[in-house]
Amino acid sequence: MKKLLMASAATALIAGAAQAQDVKIGILLGFTGPLESLAPDMAEGAKLAIAEVNESGLFLDGASIEGVNGDTGCIDASLAVASAERLITSDKVNGIVGGMCSGETTASLQNAAIPNGMVMISPSATSPALSTIEDNGLFFRTSPSDARQGQVMADILNDRGIKEVAVTYTNNDYGKGLADSFQAAFEAAGGSVTINTAHEDGKADYSAEVGALASAGGEILVVAGYVDQGGAAIINGSLDTGAFDTFMFPDGMVSETLETNFGNLVEGSFGQHPGNDSDGGARFNELGEAAGFNPTNAFSPESYDAAALILLAMQAAGSTDPQVYKDKVMDVANAPGEQILPGELAKALQILKDGGDVDFVGASAVELIGPGESAGNYREIEFKDGKMVTVGYR
Amino acid sequence: MELLNAIVALSNFVLVPAISYGSQLALGALGVTLIYGILRFSNFAHGDTMAFGAMVTILVTWWMQSVGIGFGPLPTALLALPFGILGCIALVLLTDRMVYRFYREQKAKPVILVIVSMGVMFIMNGLVRFIIGPDDQNFADGTRFIVSARDFKEMTGLDEGLAIKTTQGITVVTAFVVVMLLFWFLNRTRTGKSMRAYSDNEDLALLSGINPERVVVYTWLIVATLATVAGVLYGLDKSFKPFTYFQLLLPIFASAIVGGLGSPLGAIAGGFIIAFSEVTITYAWKKVITYVVPERFEPDSLVQLLGTDYKLAVSFVILIIVLLFRPTGIFKGKAL
Repeated sequence: MKKLLMASAATALIAGAAQAQDVKIGILLGFTGPLESLAPDMAEGAKLAIAEVNESGLFLDGASIEGVNGDTGCIDASLAVASAERLITSDKVNGIVGGMCSGETTASLQNAAIPNGMVMISPSATSPALSTIEDNGLFFRTSPSDARQGQVMADILNDRGIKEVAVTYTNNDYGKGLADSFQAAFEAAGGSVTINTAHEDGKADYSAEVGALASAGGEILVVAGYVDQGGAAIINGSLDTGAFDTFMFPDGMVSETLETNFGNLVEGSFGQHPGNDSDGGARFNELGEAAGFNPTNAFSPESYDAAALILLAMQAAGSTDPQVYKDKVMDVANAPGEQILPGELAKALQILKDGGDVDFVGASAVELIGPGESAGNYREIEFKDGKMVTVGYR
Repeated sequence: MELLNAIVALSNFVLVPAISYGSQLALGALGVTLIYGILRFSNFAHGDTMAFGAMVTILVTWWMQSVGIGFGPLPTALLALPFGILGCIALVLLTDRMVYRFYREQKAKPVILVIVSMGVMFIMNGLVRFIIGPDDQNFADGTRFIVSARDFKEMTGLDEGLAIKTTQGITVVTAFVVVMLLFWFLNRTRTGKSMRAYSDNEDLALLSGINPERVVVYTWLIVATLATVAGVLYGLDKSFKPFTYFQLLLPIFASAIVGGLGSPLGAIAGGFIIAFSEVTITYAWKKVITYVVPERFEPDSLVQLLGTDYKLAVSFVILIIVLLFRPTGIFKGKAL
């Protein structure tokens, strides 16, 4: 009898706890794998938005929100699907921020999110293939498609007067998608690609790849890879053999790790990653630094925006049911309405509560177009005196 | 002049990288082959043993760097290497006591030992990540190049540069010394001879009074030394990341099998065959050919036999051909 009482008391306690945190947001990122150095700051970005909403106390009927992490391994589709399934069926999340890398995102979207009717907003999956995927209105991304990045890269090269490049990409959906869209855009603009070849991540030796790239030649080498993986090894090999000394770094390569490891060696190299010079970015940087993480790391702002979009859409729909609030995501992201920057989520929640309209700008100047993806602003960086500096926005 | 340029380009992108990669594979394959020959099983934990030895070396290197001990133009890691070897020896002897000895006494079948070694592999895998983390670690210091591409161009006035990294030089020299020592040990010393006897015929060796536990301990000592040296050289030349050591297992086993499992000479040959085939067959010859042939024959395409995507396939095709036509490997090791 005593035991039964204890058990029921414990159950009541757990039930009470569950009531206080009745909304859960899954944070489904590659905490391990080739982008593991980016994931922690992305998760912190998402959690910052959650904390901000919790603090306001205005969300729905004073409901509080909890972030639940799930690991995708970035290149491990089966792990990603298992994690997504766990988040949806066992943790019972109401929305997912993720996935992180393109292939894994496609897998968890098709095998877990769509069958279970769950909304996914990816901060960093950029493959052009995700634009046309059949998603029942459940999938959005706060990052632009790589079709846009390919165009931006071609523009940057043209402005710098570079006509001939060699390209190497990491052999997955992200790398292939980006390399192909870049080649198409660059050749249309009159440039030529001497070689467009893949490299596998995590291999023992890259002499063969570097040899082939060097033989094909070109003014610079475009490395559409991952900074924690083969991408870094290719740069090492190229520098050592003197094959290339200037590089172009797309978004998978731009990070602090790159600056620490190669800062002094790749003088004059340049690249771009999603970013903007709106007030939102600066505001987010302040908030992030105050919260104790690195807000300038790639895709951290997009993660904040993804989490905020889910929460604002829930508020607008007055429901945490993905089937209901999925229709509100585009509404809160775009005009008309009051513009909302990072740190102003409380204001947005109040406006939505009163039945008004908001236009979420957020940390990455969110403007969702077409099938629910960011229109795409890029920060162009360059290595000067061993430091990675911003040279402009496109 | 044109011919010289061609030779230099070829050395820079094919010969130098392949020779140093081949030496690293050869050292790794020697360890695998010794265990196969003497302890009679395929040790899948070898890649992670290399990672463990390299990790200990790295930790000692960092300590040495922090207190200001250096080795002049050479990497400090060479000074730390003996400590890494000791650490690795301690680990493998402990594993042998706790795991392998049990199965040896049971006279377990080789296939069971293979599975056991996979278990050991996962534990070592976790251990290394637990201690040093999954990230890339940089521990190379000292002069980076013996000859850098830019200096070479200035010195010779050629269009092509030739870069030889200090680590590549050290790799080849160290590998040569270690292999010489190993062969001297196996062929000239009493213990070495008893190991070979044990490998050739276990029963006969036991009858002639060879102490099997002693042979086993010596084998592990040598394997741990080889693994640490290979691991450190690889880490110096490329970078230390636990995951890539795990991936190294495939080319290492391919080398050992192509050369003939159980044959030390075969392991070395196998290492170089795998390394050269990976680099040469997928090399784009355009640059070299452009230098050699007259202008009007210059190729437009890259003159590449296979795309670099097929790099790994090349080593496996060689592996399959060897297994089909000469199952014991080139140097007649034991049949699988």
